[in-house]
Amino acid sequence: MNAMTNDSTRNAVSASGLRKTYGKRVVLDAVDLTIGEGEVFALLGPNGAGKTTIVRILSTLILADAGTATVMGYDLCGQAGTVRGVIGVTGQFSAVDDLLTGEENLLLMGRLLHLPATERRTRASEMLARFDLLEAARQTPATYSGGMKRRLDLAMTLMGRPRLIFLDEPTTGLDPRSRQTMWQIIRELVREGVTILLTTQYLEEADHLADRIAVLDHGRIVAEGTPEELKRRIPGAHIRLRFAEIASLADAARVLPEGTRDDDELVLRVPNEGGIRSLRDVLARLGDDFAVEDLSIHTPDLDDVFFAVTGNASKEKSQ
Amino acid sequence: MNAMTIVAQDSATMLGREIKHSLRLVRLLIVSAILVPVVMLLLFDYILGGTIGNGLGNAARGVPYVDFLVPGILMMAVAGGCGPTAINVTMDMSGGFIDRIRTMAVTRGALLAGHVGGSVLRTLVATTAVTGVALLVGFRPRASVADWFAVVGIVAAFSFALAWLSAAIGLVAKSVAGANGSTLPLSFLLPFLSSTFVPADSMPAGVRWFAANQPFTPLVDSIRALLTGAPVGNTAYLALAWCAAIALVSYLWAQAAFRRGTR
Repeated sequence: MNAMTNDSTRNAVSASGLRKTYGKRVVLDAVDLTIGEGEVFALLGPNGAGKTTIVRILSTLILADAGTATVMGYDLCGQAGTVRGVIGVTGQFSAVDDLLTGEENLLLMGRLLHLPATERRTRASEMLARFDLLEAARQTPATYSGGMKRRLDLAMTLMGRPRLIFLDEPTTGLDPRSRQTMWQIIRELVREGVTILLTTQYLEEADHLADRIAVLDHGRIVAEGTPEELKRRIPGAHIRLRFAEIASLADAARVLPEGTRDDDELVLRVPNEGGIRSLRDVLARLGDDFAVEDLSIHTPDLDDVFFAVTGNASKEKSQ
Repeated sequence: MNAMTIVAQDSATMLGREIKHSLRLVRLLIVSAILVPVVMLLLFDYILGGTIGNGLGNAARGVPYVDFLVPGILMMAVAGGCGPTAINVTMDMSGGFIDRIRTMAVTRGALLAGHVGGSVLRTLVATTAVTGVALLVGFRPRASVADWFAVVGIVAAFSFALAWLSAAIGLVAKSVAGANGSTLPLSFLLPFLSSTFVPADSMPAGVRWFAANQPFTPLVDSIRALLTGAPVGNTAYLALAWCAAIALVSYLWAQAAFRRGTR
């Protein structure tokens, strides 16, 4: 157990040694996780990495085979009922009642949360207004777009003013505009002081929203840190220069010795860790004499992050 | 709020949800719960009833065949509620909605209680409608007010027992089609192999033994006795004992199945 988990009262989530197997398949392998109150924490990884399993364990849906965890200071095993009272979950799959209207769905949540009748109504209309669902309030979700359904889903989760929200792939399958709207909503929640555990396959999403990111691969956390820390660990950022002929490439490679030559493609890849400044530096060193056919800037994406941080893990496995 | 109030409140909330669902799907209720028994009633009364009625002779205890038939049709209407209930439970369990409920501080059993309550209410509506049609086609019950109360009581008890059984079937079913298929023996096979259409003792030996000893026969017999003004004997107690046994076993099965998927 690491030192941070001792201070469980100020942590929204504090888990250590979480393990889950289905038959012989290890889905989670000794996962430690600490999320501070008010933090946005992203679990980043491909399908099958174990993201949803972590969410299902921490949201009291399934039991871990081993390990301990507290959520908002309550023990996940002994005080699951209390945990349920302070969390909200918006899963990967739509959790709205398709036969009830949007408004009825919200009111149903209000009833199940035992809110008084007047508060139920005001809170439901607040939610409809906030999530831009007023016009669709009296229609069933069958008539909703994907983005509207996801907003209703989240609105239902927020009826109970949870202090910790699990968002399992909140934007998977949404069009770009709906994704922007969802990001906006998540940022507003953060301003209200809600703690968020987010899972995503998109580095961009984690980068935009999260204070800290854990990269998950084959049930293990293979890297953890702020978006900046993670990106610094990744050698993926580079400037790609393409030349018309091999002579120009050779000349450029002499001027930019840190670059990597690819003679077949007539390409020189120059590391670009410093953003605009190092780009300007590279261009200055090239001067006007080189016939650069094409220039493009590559920033690390999920593939880069992923291959960089999972390289060791895969090697271990193959031994 | 104490614990019992919360249990009652959550169950009432889920029952309200189930009633809303039934109203949204009212066409399904009319077709599967009312139209099917009405068609059986008309088929057996008008088309087959002449011959069957003559063949029954004294076995019908001197009442017209329609009076003999209607109590059985009512029990069929009760059993007809199994399919929709099982389907509703399966659909709830396979969607994301159940996971949402499970991550909330909601009474664990409230969802099933809502389904069972909704199922009983649907059955009471359906059997009332079927009784109305029966009266239109010449059914003439000779029951006293007390008899009618007893009939409603037995119908409700049977419906309650089958609702728990359907809920359990719905919980273990892997698909909606599977849930529906598993209830078909209940809603079709058992009624035919009972005293629903002809007395059990008119059947071939092996079937007769089965018919005489399965729950449908005492249920149909007791309702028939109450509605035709014949002596009820111990059939009513036997019927209620079957209901209690089915309800208890199914309740335990449903709880176990519900817990298996949960924690």
